[in-house]
Amino acid sequence: MSVSEGLRATITRAKRNDLIFVGLGIAALLFAASTFVALFLDMVGDGMSRLNPGFFTEFASRRAERAGILAAWVGTFAVMIVTALVAVPIGVASGIYLEEYAPKNKMTALIEININNLAGVPSIVYGLLALGLFVHTFGLGASVQTAGLTLALLILPVVIVATREAIRAVPGSIREAAYALGATRWQMVSDHVLPYSMPGILTGVIIGLSRAIGETAPIVTIGAVTFIAFLPPAPVTSSPPFLNFDWLSSPFTAMPIQIFNWTSRPEEAFQANASAAALVLVVMTLLMNAIAIWLRYRLRRNLNW
Amino acid sequence: MNDEQKKPDPSTLEKKAAALALNFFYGQKQALKNINLPIYDRKVTALIGPSGCGKSTFLRCFNRMHDLYPGTRYEGQIRLYPDDVNLLDKAVDPIEVRMRLSMVFQKPNPFPKSIFENVAYGLRIRGEKRRSVLMDKVEEALKNAALWNEVKDRLDELATTLSGGQQQRLCIARSLASEPELLLFDEPTSALDPIATASIEELIHQLREKITILIVTHNMQQAARVSDFTAYMYLGDLIEFGWTDDVFFRPKEKQTEDYITGRFG
Amino acid sequence: MSQAPIAGRLAYRRSRHIREQIIEWLLLSSALVAVATTVGIVFILVKESLVFFGQVSIIDFLTDSQWTPLFSDPHFGIWVLLSGTLTSSAIALCVAIPVGTTLAIYLSEFASARVRETAKPILELLAGIPTIVFGYFALFFVTPLLKIIYPELPGFNLLSAGLVMGVMIVPYISSISEDAMRAVPMSLREGAYAMGATRLQVALNVVVPAAFSGLAAAYILGISRAVGETMIVAVAAGMQPNLTFNPTDQAATITAYIVQVAKGDLPHGSVGYQTIFAAGLTLFLLTLVFNLMGYFLRKRFREEY
Repeated sequence: MSVSEGLRATITRAKRNDLIFVGLGIAALLFAASTFVALFLDMVGDGMSRLNPGFFTEFASRRAERAGILAAWVGTFAVMIVTALVAVPIGVASGIYLEEYAPKNKMTALIEININNLAGVPSIVYGLLALGLFVHTFGLGASVQTAGLTLALLILPVVIVATREAIRAVPGSIREAAYALGATRWQMVSDHVLPYSMPGILTGVIIGLSRAIGETAPIVTIGAVTFIAFLPPAPVTSSPPFLNFDWLSSPFTAMPIQIFNWTSRPEEAFQANASAAALVLVVMTLLMNAIAIWLRYRLRRNLNW
Repeated sequence: MNDEQKKPDPSTLEKKAAALALNFFYGQKQALKNINLPIYDRKVTALIGPSGCGKSTFLRCFNRMHDLYPGTRYEGQIRLYPDDVNLLDKAVDPIEVRMRLSMVFQKPNPFPKSIFENVAYGLRIRGEKRRSVLMDKVEEALKNAALWNEVKDRLDELATTLSGGQQQRLCIARSLASEPELLLFDEPTSALDPIATASIEELIHQLREKITILIVTHNMQQAARVSDFTAYMYLGDLIEFGWTDDVFFRPKEKQTEDYITGRFG
Repeated sequence: MSQAPIAGRLAYRRSRHIREQIIEWLLLSSALVAVATTVGIVFILVKESLVFFGQVSIIDFLTDSQWTPLFSDPHFGIWVLLSGTLTSSAIALCVAIPVGTTLAIYLSEFASARVRETAKPILELLAGIPTIVFGYFALFFVTPLLKIIYPELPGFNLLSAGLVMGVMIVPYISSISEDAMRAVPMSLREGAYAMGATRLQVALNVVVPAAFSGLAAAYILGISRAVGETMIVAVAAGMQPNLTFNPTDQAATITAYIVQVAKGDLPHGSVGYQTIFAAGLTLFLLTLVFNLMGYFLRKRFREEY
């Protein structure tokens, strides 16, 4: 192949730039990956020694080597239940409304801009909302329900966006088929669109919850207690009416709060606790994310619209 | 278009390129089967055939566009003359191939840049930096593409503000600016209205004085109007090749005749 | 024979219609929860800030060079906190924009499908790590690392917090940018390839300009993230209000200040309590501007392709 010498030199130079960029790209990728690895190894190195069964069954303590995360993980679990129970129905319903019902008008546009903006509001602002509204105006206190509601509002945009995307992937022909058989709009949605988009919605819900589980700023802001040596009352009792909702208004602590608290202690022994707890929290969020990624992968493989 | 008397024996014509025993595969699927086809110098060769017959696939072999996608494989040769090299040779750099062959696509695809920068782009990546040279070449290319008068006062405007027909002529100007030896057209008018189509056909007519053209079209009238030679392809096979009016009026193959007379396809 | 069946059918249709209406209202009211959240945020922030600005002039708030709300001679110069926020955000963006963009171009234009499918979940996992854990990582891993190079660095500093924040934002920027670049139609790339352009030339000359508004949206949303980030700076940059733009100083950001006050026991209704709402309002307005810009840029990009 013959091109002029000058042109060949130009091409060679351009191709060398290509190679340099590939090097940069791989370097960027390795940079991100190595941060991830360093973070993980750092936590394992500092906190592994504290990860014994007692760490999960003991309350926080003034003595670092006796302190555990019992109150923290139970608190996190309780808060997550409230969050999921609030965020999932509201988020999915909003998503359905916006995709299947909303007319194209100013009001809908406003709701959309609003959801997009909410997704970008700093989490600590949600904390201020909760402090002013739930704690002081509604008098719900720094309780499980306040934290649950706050985090539910925080992840609402995530659930809504995921729901909309999943619903949008259901082809219009399915809707027409349902209508043609005489289904009402709601029958079409509840019998067809919703079941078919369930895996996608579930993926969004898990990702939202994995974000909520690690959120620290809003629950610090509402004034969650950092040192707590009891568990919320059990939701099930042995005597009628067998259900007890006192746990909702119980004070609580949570995993990220516990980590934050231990991180601010000067003693090195508490830093080991902090990294052990951080490791537990990271493993929890990674597991949730991994489930979500796996779900999405399966979803992509099984669906061929 | 071509009178009987003016038609010499093709074997006396000079060749610009030739496909020799060309096979092409998408993964396991063979899309081109043993194609042998000469492309004569400064002539317009049209590729016709029903959708999926492999005519675009064949065209895209010439400038190695298939190299961009994984799982594609060439066998055989496309020789470019007068160098007499095989364009498909692994040792041949596809970028050098594309520097000498240009392509105009089905849908106009101007870059999101100014009209001037669109036409100058090929020169820029060839290392040309002198503004005056760029200006001259851009003007010449736009004139050759019959677009100069319409855009000379708005060279700095975004190319996407042009109409569809203008955009396609801009893409032709873009291809011409780097003075290619062989111009590949992939159904260049399929996205255009009849008036814009007529202007592009007129342009092709003028260009063939200077340049070799290979054009894919599924519009048979267009092939008859603009080309000197026509190749009919079907399901990856080359069925018939010859002077355009021979193929259209005296086809040797029954299949070609059926397609051309509209009994099939 | 004629009347009854028709009446029956009409009655049936009306009940069905009512049921459908009720469902639609329920869905709409769910969608309005998001709007109510925004209204709630604005209401609470403005209400408490108004009380605050009743006691502190807005001129002082914007011009005073000290932030000492709890001193006997209190000063309320928001610039002190803003300087920390801007400095840490600037450091973060110096990391996140180049690395995120390089990564996005590499993954979208260079990487094989296999590399891409492996890299993206890893980046997602990185994005899913709780920020408190990143804060821990900044304080106990990155700061000691930086001290090796620069021994005078204080234990709390903006540099380490900013750098880690940058890494945290990388996946965010790269995923939005990559989506934008992948949306650029293949025909545009082919146009440049057919002229003999290399991959890098196609990426930089065609894909990046075509995806420009999408990239801009990614950067702006990245800025919004950095400005609103709380736990990393609260843990690693210290809580000392400090009017500085020096990365090696310690300084409180707006978010860190809110955490610091909320963690303590400031009585509800005190000026100290109201400062966090004034600070929160500043933060909310700042991120609102970025979020809206990002939203409209992204929307414009989606309309282009």
